[in-house]
Amino acid sequence: MSGVAAQTGLDIREVEQFLYREARLADEHDYDGWEALWTDDALYWVPAGGDDTDPERQMSVIYDNRNRIATRIKQLKTGKRYAQSPPSNLRRLISNVEIVTVEGTDTVVGANFLVVESRERGTTMWAGRTTYRLRRAGDDIRLAYKKVVLVDSAQALFTLAFLI
Amino acid sequence: MTVQYSELIQPERVHGSLYTDQDIFAEELQRIWYRTWVCVGHVSEVARPGDYVRKKVASQDVIMTRSKDGEVSLLLNRCAHRGNLVCEDQRGNSSTFRCPYHGWTYRNTGEMLGYPYNQGYGGKGKLSLGLGRVPRVDTYQGFVFASFAADGPSLKEHLGAAAGELDRLARLSPEGEIELTAGWLQHRAKANWKLLVENETDGYHPQFVHGSVFSVTGSHIGTLYSDKSTAVTRDLGGGHSENDLRPEFRKMEPMNWFGTSEARVPDYVAKMRALHGEQAEEILIEGAPHVMVFPNLFVAEISVFMINPVAVDETVQNVTAVQLKGAPEMNRRLLSQCIGSVGPAGMLLADDSEMYERNQRGVTARVPEWLDIRRGAHRERVDENGFRIGAANDETGMRGFWSHYRSLMEGEAQ
Repeated sequence: MSGVAAQTGLDIREVEQFLYREARLADEHDYDGWEALWTDDALYWVPAGGDDTDPERQMSVIYDNRNRIATRIKQLKTGKRYAQSPPSNLRRLISNVEIVTVEGTDTVVGANFLVVESRERGTTMWAGRTTYRLRRAGDDIRLAYKKVVLVDSAQALFTLAFLI
Repeated sequence: MTVQYSELIQPERVHGSLYTDQDIFAEELQRIWYRTWVCVGHVSEVARPGDYVRKKVASQDVIMTRSKDGEVSLLLNRCAHRGNLVCEDQRGNSSTFRCPYHGWTYRNTGEMLGYPYNQGYGGKGKLSLGLGRVPRVDTYQGFVFASFAADGPSLKEHLGAAAGELDRLARLSPEGEIELTAGWLQHRAKANWKLLVENETDGYHPQFVHGSVFSVTGSHIGTLYSDKSTAVTRDLGGGHSENDLRPEFRKMEPMNWFGTSEARVPDYVAKMRALHGEQAEEILIEGAPHVMVFPNLFVAEISVFMINPVAVDETVQNVTAVQLKGAPEMNRRLLSQCIGSVGPAGMLLADDSEMYERNQRGVTARVPEWLDIRRGAHRERVDENGFRIGAANDETGMRGFWSHYRSLMEGEAQ
């Protein structure tokens, strides 16, 4: 796949800029800004125990449709989501960005990430690979799907209440 | 120095050192975790002959297997030769385990099968060193329990009145069986295991810790534990306790216990009515139990938790969704609701876990030394079956836990 996903017109630079923006909004707990990135048919999935589980039959860390993303965000915004109140200090790096394929109107993008999370418990590193489905909406890009496969997905995990 | 548990565990308060003292933790392993019945899994995780799955009992690496005869065994994951792990995969299907170090092989019931270059041992069949086995394994409603003590109370004696709560869970299935086949989330917390157990029994915290999610979802769960609730906390004896929400559920329609209605799950309800006749009404109204089985099995209606201590200040809470055999329509909903609620990102459990961790940091403060467990002691009463009960948000369950804990920690060491 070349730098430009021909059918959808998404350029790799434009894709990267979108991923960096999504990462910054999550890092800085800009909940409204982050939620606004999603399409109405959104799916946000963090599998457990590997990357090939069936989320309709097996436990996942997160398996949110658009409605549940909204609930998650509303809960965070109450200020009484204690697992994120006070919020974690976060910074993440997004790297190895590739346009993987185009499916209909969606551009499928893969990238690696490393998040450093600091809170009173201590500092935790979260790493993994994310698959995104991006969709053009006018001048903007929207996020239709985000699957986050943690390198530690088969291990016991500390609380993961920030937006990963 | 011998710990005087009768001083540290008093009727209305327990000492902070119980959560932080390394020696007490070491003693708990011997007197509780490697002695009494501990829940390790469910038979549905090894449904077919040859299936195996790795489990933990505190630090012990255990393989749960099913033999060709259908027998479930718990084998210690340690080669009899040099102590290597004989099983690296988390799960699979095999009738044998072969140690990768020198090729010793074992049947999935633990018997030794062979060792390469056997002349070094005087020939074939000269050694009979099997894998270690958990001395006692028993099941109840499919839950697999392990006891490292060769003798002691039977599982049935251990479970006592808590067995009826597991029955209540199983009867929700049209086939009378639950299955734990959805895999486990492993949620790690920097907290002593007893803070988790106490929180499971605590009907006082939901309105506060979970107010955020109740308010945004319009959930009625908070009111079940309010000061006006008619639900009760019941000390079932043996360290087990339940938050009996039935008095509240009985005021509602069938399936309201699960936050749904009959119309949403018509196939399930029809199956249950066909099977149970008039009694179906009671089952569909009363729903699932909310029970803490000493020391580590917690059933919170739709979720099953198994607590495993890692260190004095670290615990892994394993959790999965209840799946009802023969009820696919329910199972999708059970899974979805469970995923939203529990585990590292769960809208309920992430906040519980935050509380255990803050508690663990808090109890290191030198004063006031004690944690208070007196709530509702003055209004406890005995129900028609002889169990002590308190109000929905009283600490009756905690007091029951500590009473049994104390008896195990003070008793003769094995």
